[in-house]
Amino acid sequence: MSESIIQIQHLTKTFGDGDTAVHALEDINLDIKQGEIFGIIGLSGAGKSTLVRCINLLERPTSGTVTVDGKEMTALSEKELRLARRDVTMIFQSFNLLMQRTCLKNVCFPMELSGVPAVQAKKRALELLEIVGLADKADAYPSQLSGGQKQRVAIARALATDPKVLLCDEATSALDPTTTASILALLKDLNAKLGVTVVVITHQMSVIEEICSRVAILDGGVVAEQGNVEDIFSHPSTDAARRLVYPGGVSVSQYPAGTHAVRVAFNGGTAYQPLIASLAIDLGVKVNILGADTRNIDGKAFGTMLLGLPDDPNEAAKALSYIRSQPNVSAEEVEYHG
Amino acid sequence: MADLLTAEFWTKYGPLLLDGTIDTLVMTGISTVFAYLLGLPLGVALILTQPHGIRPNNIIYKVLGWIINVGRSLPFIILMVAIMDFTKLIVGTKIGVRGAIVPLVVSAAPFIARMVETSLAEVDAGVVEAAQSMGASTFQIVWKVYLPEAKPSLVLGGAISIVTILAYTAIAGAIGAGGLGDLAIRYGYQRRYPPMLLVTVIFLIVLVQLIQSVFSHVSNRIDKRLDSGHKKGFEPLELLFRFTHTK
Repeated sequence: MSESIIQIQHLTKTFGDGDTAVHALEDINLDIKQGEIFGIIGLSGAGKSTLVRCINLLERPTSGTVTVDGKEMTALSEKELRLARRDVTMIFQSFNLLMQRTCLKNVCFPMELSGVPAVQAKKRALELLEIVGLADKADAYPSQLSGGQKQRVAIARALATDPKVLLCDEATSALDPTTTASILALLKDLNAKLGVTVVVITHQMSVIEEICSRVAILDGGVVAEQGNVEDIFSHPSTDAARRLVYPGGVSVSQYPAGTHAVRVAFNGGTAYQPLIASLAIDLGVKVNILGADTRNIDGKAFGTMLLGLPDDPNEAAKALSYIRSQPNVSAEEVEYHG
Repeated sequence: MADLLTAEFWTKYGPLLLDGTIDTLVMTGISTVFAYLLGLPLGVALILTQPHGIRPNNIIYKVLGWIINVGRSLPFIILMVAIMDFTKLIVGTKIGVRGAIVPLVVSAAPFIARMVETSLAEVDAGVVEAAQSMGASTFQIVWKVYLPEAKPSLVLGGAISIVTILAYTAIAGAIGAGGLGDLAIRYGYQRRYPPMLLVTVIFLIVLVQLIQSVFSHVSNRIDKRLDSGHKKGFEPLELLFRFTHTK
């Protein structure tokens, strides 16, 4: 992986003080690499939006440092910060377009702020609208656009200052699944073409699956877990991660006492059906699927399944070693003690 | 009342009514311009310094709010008398059209500040945050976000402000400011000549209707939000009510 572009060190954010103080973020440490798509996921109230606002200092951290592209944001003067923000732009859940300006003028807006001559700004804005597929809407007003189109205009606007980092704060949360997919595809495409680092804030695991290479799981204001998306998916080691990775909640506790179960994790290999079928065919061992939550990412199977093994210890052991012999599958026994 | 239909009435009072109308329009126009010169920056300052504003400053916010409330709590006729010396200092006279403009401005500016504050508060905080995230300065946010985004609402507020000032000019007429209010009081009340009272009232109503129609039309024309829920219109009766119930 290439060098880091965003470093967050020992960041804390507290709102209010005294007894009413709310510790929104506590000792956050993140290292986001140049050119990657990094996801920050958490449930509502986990502190995601506060964290992303600490990156461009819309929220000033209570303590700790944020460094973007070698500049320590937390140490900049107000004027320097305004300049630095041109390199770290942002898109929002509610798009936040200027309603009294046409799409073209919206895209021109950040260039107006930085003093780009009008003719040049217009030319660049048209190019950007072309890139996001809305060249024909240049003279339309935001109120005439659909949600997906508004977000495309917002993306074009965010790219107008050639940023190094694009922060996406729940950028697809207000959109339907099809539109979400198209916006995510656009972000992925822009990341590949322009090399812009993308930080995605979301509460939807599907968004992370779709475009992120690495992810941090935020839970109650702390980073519960971070790493490659595939690793987190196959070996979620914290409760917070498990809750997000397996929304259905594969839980052992709901099965009868004495059940001899095994938790099987699929780490991006074969789909799970042949495994169960081949267990029966090759070994003649019948297993019971107690629970399953698997998903397909780029044609690979991820997720977990909870299998009930036969009561006969020999058959159970055979089955277990068979499962363990499969590529990209890991298994751990789960004993349920009433 | 049949007098109104005679040529005699209009030859006799026509020039007076014309002068009165012009005086009213001049007082209203000039006062509005100066009241906005004071009220608009005050309204902007309130929005910027409020607790969730982009330049929160509790002291400035509270002090401005207090001054504005004091200004607004004085009935116009009292204020006019109370600041007469100040008026003389500024324009050299306490009476006439010029003498009326100073109290009109002093009285309308705090009102306008609140109107502007309300209009600017309608601007989506998310849009302001987006501008901040792009590195906009405070001045740029005011000039390129708050004012343009609130423009349709500011224009509607403008109509209310002008109509309010117009109503004040009629009160100013009571102490010799000239204008339609002056005619109504001198001829309609003091000389007990109802036709003159009626005609001045009609003139004022027509003026208010014209002002409101023009401003509402302009506001609708410049508003690029299709959502009709944001658009406000005032019924003629409601306007009349506003007009007659101003202090």
